[in-house]
Amino acid sequence: MRKFGSLAAVVAAVLVVALAAWTRQPAGNAQGGATVTGKVKFTGAKPTNPPIDMTEEPKCKAKYTTTPTRETVVVNPNGTLANVFVYVKSGLPASAKYETPKTAVLIDQDGCHYRPHVLGIMVGQTLEIKNSDGILHNIKAKGVKNRPFNISQPTTMTSTRTFSAPEVMVPLECNVHGWMQAYLGVLPHPFYAITGADGSFTIKGLPPGTYTIEAWHEKYATQTATVTIAGTESKTQDFTFAAK
Amino acid sequence: MVSGLLLLALRAAPFPIPHSPFPPQDTTRGKAVYVKWCAGCHGDKGAGDGPAASRMLPRPRDFTGAIYKVRTTASGQLPTDQDVLRSIDEGLPGTAMPAWKDRLSERERRDVLAYLKTFSAFFQDTSQHIVPLTFSKEPGGATSAVALKVGRQFYDSIGCWKCHGKAGRGDGPSAPTLKTDPGEPIFAADLHESWRFRGGAGTADIYRRLRTGLDGTPMPSFSDLIDQKFLTDEQLWRVAQYVRSLSPQRAPEVRDVIHAPRLPGGLPRSPDDSAWARVERYWFPLVGQVIRKPRWFAPAVAGVWVQAVHTADSLALRLEWDDRSESPDTPWLEFERRVLDHVTSDDSVPAPADLWPDGIAVQFPRSIPAGMERPYFLMGTATDPVYQWRWTSMPRQAVAGLARGLSRFDVLGGGSAPGAGARFADGQWRLVLTRALATADTANELQFEAGRAIPVAFFAWDGSNGEHDTRMAVSAWYFLALDQPTPPRVYLSPVVAMAVTLGLGMLVAVRAQRRAGAGGDGGGRSRA
Repeated sequence: MRKFGSLAAVVAAVLVVALAAWTRQPAGNAQGGATVTGKVKFTGAKPTNPPIDMTEEPKCKAKYTTTPTRETVVVNPNGTLANVFVYVKSGLPASAKYETPKTAVLIDQDGCHYRPHVLGIMVGQTLEIKNSDGILHNIKAKGVKNRPFNISQPTTMTSTRTFSAPEVMVPLECNVHGWMQAYLGVLPHPFYAITGADGSFTIKGLPPGTYTIEAWHEKYATQTATVTIAGTESKTQDFTFAAK
Repeated sequence: MVSGLLLLALRAAPFPIPHSPFPPQDTTRGKAVYVKWCAGCHGDKGAGDGPAASRMLPRPRDFTGAIYKVRTTASGQLPTDQDVLRSIDEGLPGTAMPAWKDRLSERERRDVLAYLKTFSAFFQDTSQHIVPLTFSKEPGGATSAVALKVGRQFYDSIGCWKCHGKAGRGDGPSAPTLKTDPGEPIFAADLHESWRFRGGAGTADIYRRLRTGLDGTPMPSFSDLIDQKFLTDEQLWRVAQYVRSLSPQRAPEVRDVIHAPRLPGGLPRSPDDSAWARVERYWFPLVGQVIRKPRWFAPAVAGVWVQAVHTADSLALRLEWDDRSESPDTPWLEFERRVLDHVTSDDSVPAPADLWPDGIAVQFPRSIPAGMERPYFLMGTATDPVYQWRWTSMPRQAVAGLARGLSRFDVLGGGSAPGAGARFADGQWRLVLTRALATADTANELQFEAGRAIPVAFFAWDGSNGEHDTRMAVSAWYFLALDQPTPPRVYLSPVVAMAVTLGLGMLVAVRAQRRAGAGGDGGGRSRA
């Protein structure tokens, strides 16, 4: 009886350590765990993003050789879609807690554009808001689950803010330059990725389980897929958005 | 039983609950007050969507998001109870929200505050820290030239002008693109009309808005700039003092009678004539035309400043009104589209956005009434028309005509148009209208006479706000009085009176002296 009790304690301890090990796994640092990877494809006629008249802001205008445009739909040369936020929407254990990264997420106001245009952050993680332009920008976060904010940055400077609740997405905007928009995905975990110039994404370090993966795009809304992971395999899950 | 014990425990407590300066608020009673007085605009569920809401710009507050413009807390933080109470008590000037402090009891106002906080989960979230910012005291020298110069310098360098314009009339390059969080069009405040500032007209109010921003609007908080030492707290106060200096010291008082002094020389026909600087200005507020369809609930012109002078044979009126755009103005077309999208129209087919001109109308009766009877103020009627001067920015001209109600305007021919000189600069129209006091067409054209009370009313259209025809801003009837030339006797009488007094006085003195001389001779014998 006593023997069984101590065995149970050891098993429990091992379980707790194992649980702690994988729950503290930040994305991109996969020590074990599975990987979900894929491409976000785009079909149909490629829309044209409207041009931006930056006459009022010569400093920004000078940063471009051709007329800058909005970034509503960025279709890559290989027919994939950039700026898609892909993340684990559900399936993680309710009790799991993920350490808030010490590193900050940076958004830069450069050439009267937000760089990057779509970004992700964890609850409590610091967002660094940088103004590289040195002209007046205000940055307004229009969260619904998070408290909004609206701060003025009339010079080259960096402000920091954090977000307290998961929310996909928090729109960010500048009211001085109505075309400046960005989207911030706030999550309680690190399992997210944003498609770039090749339209691919990789979410690493996922424990075994069945997950709903959602792909979010600012114009084409969302698509979801269910992925079941048994071990430390790598699974492929592609998404396709069609022109509207 | 439990509540009884709790009550006892509370009574036994030596101090009141520290963070609640108010007596317990009653959300049940608050709901009753809300349903009766607030729900018509703010909606049954507090979503800012009551039956009247769709005609309002700015829209009534949506309480579900707990985003409040006027606060003492940092941008994005919840307001304090006092912050929300202040908006209830004082109202929000320049919007449909009235002040409730004289209409509801203090208890009712506190109960309704408690109730409207139940519309948002944020107020139940204990992780939300509601901490007012620490505000410094206003530095002295508010109106000194140095203070205002520093204020102006930072007004420019922190980019206020981007939205509020170089002269502060809400006409900056970003102004036509401004939206609230839900996407409604919003005007950058006209800083020359401080009595319409939502959070109060005082310098300290302005300073607080700079520190906190106006959440839900494009107006950001400038507190980070102080934290990062881009400017000092005192310099931010200077910005507030500069902004305050743009408006009159007090909210303009509405007076019934425009006095038009008589000028000895010629008529100042140009809006820039220096003679106008010496003439009294009168402010007349304008409101949306909401009587006849299509009605207009979102007028852009808040009022008009009027000056009047006359000479022996002619009259000149100078009208000045703030208007953010010299319409027709293409950059404002998108703004106009948003206005029309957000203000419910009376038309079956909503009016499309178009490049309308700006306009103003000055209205008189056809003849000076003998008694108190005046034609219908809203452009007369078919049987009792009014005499009007109508000026438009495109074509840039003024005409005279007879309005027979809102739908009919007959232009008078034969050189009846008043003289017109207009300038647009920095978000303001200045227009001088002139006419001879007497004309040949005495049946239709008002014959101006000095010393009489001449009814006058005003109408304005901001084309870039989608205003045309009955979509306009209107005033009530007021009066114009041409001061009578001062008759020569007014100047002569005092001189004559003084001469007479002096003469009589001297006579008395001389006689007294004479009598004194005679007394020396005759020992006080009387002649009489």
